[in-house]
Amino acid sequence: MSVNMVSGLSRRHFLGTGLAAAAALGAMPAFALSDAEARALIDKAVADINAIINSGRSEAQMYPQFEKLFASYADVAQIARSALGPAAKSASAAQMKAFTQAFQGYISRKYGRRFREFIGGRIEVTGAKPLKSYFEVISTAYLRGEKPFEVRWHVSNKSGRNLFFNIIIEGVNMLASERTEIGAMLDRRKGNIDALIQDLQKS
Amino acid sequence: MPAIELQNPSLIRPLALLMGLTALVACGQTTGVGQVNDPMEPMNRGVHAVNKGLDTALVRPASKAYGTVVPNPLRQGVSNVADTLGLPGVVVNQVLQARVGEATTNTLRFAVNATAGIGGLFDVASVLGMPKTDADFGQTLAVWGVGEGPYVELPIEGPSNVRDTVGFAVDLAMDPVGNVFKGDDATATLAIEGLSRLNDRYRYSDTVDSILYDSADSYAQLRLLYQQNRRHDIAKAKGGDGNGADGDFIDPYEDDFIDPYAD
Repeated sequence: MSVNMVSGLSRRHFLGTGLAAAAALGAMPAFALSDAEARALIDKAVADINAIINSGRSEAQMYPQFEKLFASYADVAQIARSALGPAAKSASAAQMKAFTQAFQGYISRKYGRRFREFIGGRIEVTGAKPLKSYFEVISTAYLRGEKPFEVRWHVSNKSGRNLFFNIIIEGVNMLASERTEIGAMLDRRKGNIDALIQDLQKS
Repeated sequence: MPAIELQNPSLIRPLALLMGLTALVACGQTTGVGQVNDPMEPMNRGVHAVNKGLDTALVRPASKAYGTVVPNPLRQGVSNVADTLGLPGVVVNQVLQARVGEATTNTLRFAVNATAGIGGLFDVASVLGMPKTDADFGQTLAVWGVGEGPYVELPIEGPSNVRDTVGFAVDLAMDPVGNVFKGDDATATLAIEGLSRLNDRYRYSDTVDSILYDSADSYAQLRLLYQQNRRHDIAKAKGGDGNGADGDFIDPYEDDFIDPYAD
């Protein structure tokens, strides 16, 4: 009896603080995304990926599908901007638009090519947790003939929608890798963004 | 106990080197993502060019030939033998890192694969639920608190850092298997290890080729990959999930120059 009362009280108390916290969070839309929402996004993305890699289509047919997937689940504008690094500051709006477009195609081809290794495999989402100002969704990739490995997705809603902006495989993250790659490509073109855009369209 | 060192003079040099380097690394600063501790970059890039040339001229064609000519079960068998031969060294490091559970499993792995697995040809232990885990002396040093120090690209061996280079030398010197086999047997172990690496080069050829030959700067890309993956493995060895250091990730929404939603 008394136990029930105590638990009832603590539940109401918990509910009270929960509401207060929700009210506080409501004032900060950046934190409104929850573990469950972040997880739901990646669950959906992973279901699409699994469907593509097991569709039996040819590699060339898979690229446009990956590009579509990337465009709808990833914050491409932010990823592109982050990959370009400090040069994004001096770029014009038109240049950023063209760069983002070229980057999207380049990423889809580059990673789409590698998805061949995923054929016959699957990805399973296992959990989600808040990290800094965003969320981390944890999944395991099971590939044929390989030891299962871990894939982490960083999800944010700062674009106004729930989108992922980074993928981390066994500690190696896509954003850092692309920043190095795009930085090197830009250096090769002596900082000329237009030339970089052309290179990206060709690669 | 200086008697031990005298009995095994091959240990003295790496250990002396180790002590000097521990002092050096201890006063070095730690670096996060984006900052690269690579004061020897010009020399490293020279080594990288040589390594890449070796891969183009020798390793890649040899791995292709090995992968095409030798059937997969046989290649897998050779790799399994190489794994088994490496286990005693792994166990030593896991004990030094106080990873008793994994050390025990690997000891059992060794016993099972060496006997039921016919000298390590078959990985029976994995089927029996004894998964392979890895460890090396560079990792042991990291667990003991030694920082990674400047980045180094070693000839043939590839990406490393000062701490892991010392670890590599110590692993070679203290490897129980290497100290047992002499003469022809030692040559055979070396050949098995070499073939196992060729098999890895063949199996992961898409990944390795894309890093070495499709990157705008393969040196910088390899350096980044090594650092990130190594830090991940070390965080795991320390008992975390390998993602302990949140500061290691880029938050693109926090960098001032990359906020398209600001205006």
